Amino acid sequence: MKLQHDVKRYPGLGIISTVFFIYLYAPLGIVVLYSFNANRITSVWTEFSFKWYGSALNNSALMSALKTSLTVAAIATVMATTIALLAALSIIRGKNVRYRKLSETMVNLPLLLPEIVLAVATLILFSLIGLQNGMVKLVIAHSAFCTPFAFLPIRARLQGMPLDFEEAATDLYASRWIVFRRVTLPLIFPGLFAGAMLAFLISMDDFITSNMLSSGGTTTLPVYIFSLIRAGTSPELNAIATMLIVASLVLATVALTVAGRGQRTDAT
Amino acid sequence: MSEATAHHADTPRRRRQINLPYVGLAPAWLLMIFALIIPILIIIAVSFAVRGAYGGFDWGFDLSGYRQILFNEGWTGEMEFTPQYLIIILRTILLATVTTVLCLILAVPVAYWIAGQPGHRKSVLVFLVTLPFWMSMILRVYAWMIILGKDGPLLRFFEFFGAPSGMTFMYNDGATLAAMVYTYIPLMVLPVFASIEKLDGTLIEAAHDLYGNRWTTLRRVILPLTAPGIASGGILVFVPAFGAVLEPTLMGGGKQMMMGSLIQLQFGGGRNWPFGAAIAMILMMLVMLVLVGLALRSARNEVES
Amino acid sequence: MNRENAVEVIDVSKNFGSYQALSSVNFEIRENEFFTMLGPSGCGKTTLLRMIAGFETPDTGRLLLHGRDIVDIPPHKRRVNTVFQSYALFPHMTLAQNVAFGLENLGWDKARITARVGEMLERVHMSAFANRKPAQLSGGQRQRIALARALAPKPEVLLLDEPLSALDLKLRQAMRDELRTLQRDTGITFVFVTHDQEEALDMSDRIAVLGSGEVQQIGTPLQIYEEPSNRFVADFVGETNFFEVDVLKATEKTATVRTPFGQVISVPSPAQVPVGKATLSIRPEKLNLGDQVEGVDFLAEVVKKQYLGGYTHYLLSAGGVEIRASRRNASRESDTIAVGSPVHVGFIEGSARVLAA
Repeated sequence: MKLQHDVKRYPGLGIISTVFFIYLYAPLGIVVLYSFNANRITSVWTEFSFKWYGSALNNSALMSALKTSLTVAAIATVMATTIALLAALSIIRGKNVRYRKLSETMVNLPLLLPEIVLAVATLILFSLIGLQNGMVKLVIAHSAFCTPFAFLPIRARLQGMPLDFEEAATDLYASRWIVFRRVTLPLIFPGLFAGAMLAFLISMDDFITSNMLSSGGTTTLPVYIFSLIRAGTSPELNAIATMLIVASLVLATVALTVAGRGQRTDAT
Repeated sequence: MSEATAHHADTPRRRRQINLPYVGLAPAWLLMIFALIIPILIIIAVSFAVRGAYGGFDWGFDLSGYRQILFNEGWTGEMEFTPQYLIIILRTILLATVTTVLCLILAVPVAYWIAGQPGHRKSVLVFLVTLPFWMSMILRVYAWMIILGKDGPLLRFFEFFGAPSGMTFMYNDGATLAAMVYTYIPLMVLPVFASIEKLDGTLIEAAHDLYGNRWTTLRRVILPLTAPGIASGGILVFVPAFGAVLEPTLMGGGKQMMMGSLIQLQFGGGRNWPFGAAIAMILMMLVMLVLVGLALRSARNEVES
Repeated sequence: MNRENAVEVIDVSKNFGSYQALSSVNFEIRENEFFTMLGPSGCGKTTLLRMIAGFETPDTGRLLLHGRDIVDIPPHKRRVNTVFQSYALFPHMTLAQNVAFGLENLGWDKARITARVGEMLERVHMSAFANRKPAQLSGGQRQRIALARALAPKPEVLLLDEPLSALDLKLRQAMRDELRTLQRDTGITFVFVTHDQEEALDMSDRIAVLGSGEVQQIGTPLQIYEEPSNRFVADFVGETNFFEVDVLKATEKTATVRTPFGQVISVPSPAQVPVGKATLSIRPEKLNLGDQVEGVDFLAEVVKKQYLGGYTHYLLSAGGVEIRASRRNASRESDTIAVGSPVHVGFIEGSARVLAA
């Protein structure tokens, strides 16, 4: 009962938190579990089997959706991260910049609007200007709503970095470009990386906009999964879900490890 | 412009200092103007347009998109009040608010508990909270379809204890709510955790030293000081919850719509663009109202402190 | 030998918004000297230093580095290096890479860089740490690397922005000696910024005291302490008593004044003071207490005393005027003056100073 005297502790929080983490992971666990069930009816367990993974991997529609998603996400990530990096450098490091606050709001605008509104608005725009290419439509829209996600970690990193390092580099005869390449860029890299990962994730995960804009040949993974769900739950879907869960796990671990390492080298 | 400015512009060093940031900002502005501002302006115009004969719309100024939210035009042109869309709007407000509140009630104790854990354990727990956010949102909703669905584990459990067959947990507001809380909760825990972690522990000790009990300390010290985290978590949950599409579509079935799924329906089948645009405008206005209200509040608090 | 000026500051002014950081500042820094800019925070000393480095641009005026105007030269082209207050060691580079950074940008060849880096690390006794990262160093070690990095490119002038302020007291004193030695050995002009008067008096060849955006006085440490040219300098550097006096007669070098204690004395002054009210400044340690005092002599009552080991500080009162005096405790029994008792106070006229009111 010694702990009762620790005023910072509130009783019962441990139990609530344990329940919370079970709540967070149990649903995913059930999907994973069901994916190994040989029975076509997902909840009736017959025996352990990998067969739905085989059929998922042989599903050409799934593979084409995956390819579309990866392509769109890769291009959108590069565009969003580049645009966000330039904007963050200008807003945080630029001298005599007017409309700094307005520019920041502009970059973050997609976060402030409900995505469905943006999705239908872009749909109308693209149909008005007669843009037909599904891939181009997806890339433009994804770049736009991924930009703030790339921007925020980069900005945070730049803002947390004192000007001293860049000034010291300039003082030691480094030109603008050398300062950027040898000092600014390596020091903000964790933020840049986190921003890019976040942008990639948001693009891969997007359903609302992609569902509005994608057409026959350019179905993204979430849109395809949606159509599968609509057709009814199936063990193959569980296998797909499990593979995606594992992929996210790997991606998240890599991303957070890199970001974490960046934080350690800061300990000056 | 004065002579002095003109003179400064002559030296190459100063000119570069002034212009580079604007070059850097140009792509962001161009992208946002093209992919956001213009589309929003167009959708405002479309909400006042006339429904086209074969889907789509014809330009014009017409309030029928908005009128349709409340009234149905009868055969003879008389206006008849129909509450079905109003109910959808009210359901949206209710579900988004309840989602935000439930997330908050869950997030505060969990975030507080995590913040009190020793170093390494703490970072692992934060990682565990973040992880679901990295997983596909549609799959997280899907997981709840399995749990609550026909033949799902929950139903099995209740049937085992004698629940009538044919009972279902799906296709109602409760199911939508369960999926919404589940998908958005990490967005609440993280900012609340960040502000609790920043909280100086000696403040809690000081509150107890000055005869405050745990409840008083929570109410008068911890919660006020974590208000910024709670506010930003609230925005992060409320905005997407208000525009939710997936949850009502999958969990609520076709009937229990929210504004997001209603808008999607109007554009999905090319059914009624001006009406969809009008609903989208209402949705955007309501979100803006909440955001501006919060911004004003926090601005006032800053002035006060 | 004709000593060239390393830096000349001519009529430099700078405003930040409506705040005037520097107003029409003029002075020169000589070749090979240890020059200190001393002043309270907000006096403009750091702004001046950053102007010489190139991080700030003067609104008006000129800055000459060895006779060349450098206002329009960007910082990375000025042969001037800075030791930053935070040291600003690049956290992602090893110490050797940090020291080599400037040399690489100057386009030195590899072999020469390696040799110079080795030499500099040797000089600051950090050779063993060449491949460590800055995060693994103590404050004093970081300070040394910052010095090595800034000195490696052999700058025309080395700028030091309060480099000792982050160190603890013991280390600070040791670093003073090291800095002084380094300056003598390298022969590079050091421009040092500090708010710590003791540092300034200890290390400098010459000191510029800055206050409210202006140069208050420039001189050797002795001149600054013993011959302050105005109230600001007398007050900021060291401790002093200010007494209001009546000037009866004044020349350029001395003034005849009546003290509040009744005597009429002749005291040196930095410039001719107008007849009327003026300020007499005399430092506490220049007041003699006891039975056998020299020079001006008057009686005061001991109000309070503070025993500080080596010294005892006394607060005295004479005719309603407060006087602070301090006395060295030369022996165990030195401190014989009791609170509440009257005591003789005296000083030599030449150790006081009359300043404009």
